[in-house]
Amino acid sequence: MLRTVSSVVVMFVYWVVLSGFFTPFLLAAGLASSIAVVWIVRRMGLVDPEGHPIHLAPRATLYWPWLAKEIVKSAWDVTKVILSPRLPIQPTLVRFRPSQHTEVGLVTHANSITLTPGTITIEASRDEFLVHALTTAGAEGVTGGDMDARVARFERGA
Amino acid sequence: MSTLVDLFSYVAIGAGAIFFLAGTVGLLRFPDTLTRLHALTKADNLGLGLVVLGLLPHVAGVLPALKLIAIWLLVLLSGADASQLIARAARRGEPRSRPGP
Repeated sequence: MLRTVSSVVVMFVYWVVLSGFFTPFLLAAGLASSIAVVWIVRRMGLVDPEGHPIHLAPRATLYWPWLAKEIVKSAWDVTKVILSPRLPIQPTLVRFRPSQHTEVGLVTHANSITLTPGTITIEASRDEFLVHALTTAGAEGVTGGDMDARVARFERGA
Repeated sequence: MSTLVDLFSYVAIGAGAIFFLAGTVGLLRFPDTLTRLHALTKADNLGLGLVVLGLLPHVAGVLPALKLIAIWLLVLLSGADASQLIARAARRGEPRSRPGP
């Protein structure tokens, strides 16, 4: 129930941000739409810890800034590779076993790898991630386990 | 004061444009689909982020600012998902992608 209420709140806040109108009628219409959408999504069985992982929100405020820092750092590295006259790329495929246990954790890990420039998750399953890296250094960064450990901590919400 | 804000915007948007340019240069220089994806995901992530950052001081009010940030986050998410799908498709068509430079 609490998860349903928080889904409606998140939907409604998003609606207000996109709308920007504050007349009573439009606010009421937005709230009604949010409730209707959450009602339908609930009937589809999607308002669960996977579909609406609001319990991870406090931990996300720690994880996302770290991810942003990593994105900037590696974007700079990839830019240097692109502009270097010798084009020093060593395309590498690596496989490794992620240590997350929940779907949210696995998806967060896979998408974090893809968001970080220089590495792309090609296949993601519970037992194995297949990652393509632009350089061997990038591949070592992925298998090094730093991001893996941070996502695992994020997933536990602790 | 406002000149300082303008200067910040010029620098941020200019840097964003440079990252987009670098991404496009990478698209032209890299040898295969997978390496080209690397060049383009970076342009979206950081280039668009910097452009958004540079535009933020110039929008009137909090709502348009939140909208700009929402656009950036949505591009990040859809870009990550799309590039994963392209990477998987490219890998299935193995013979077309070459390893090494």
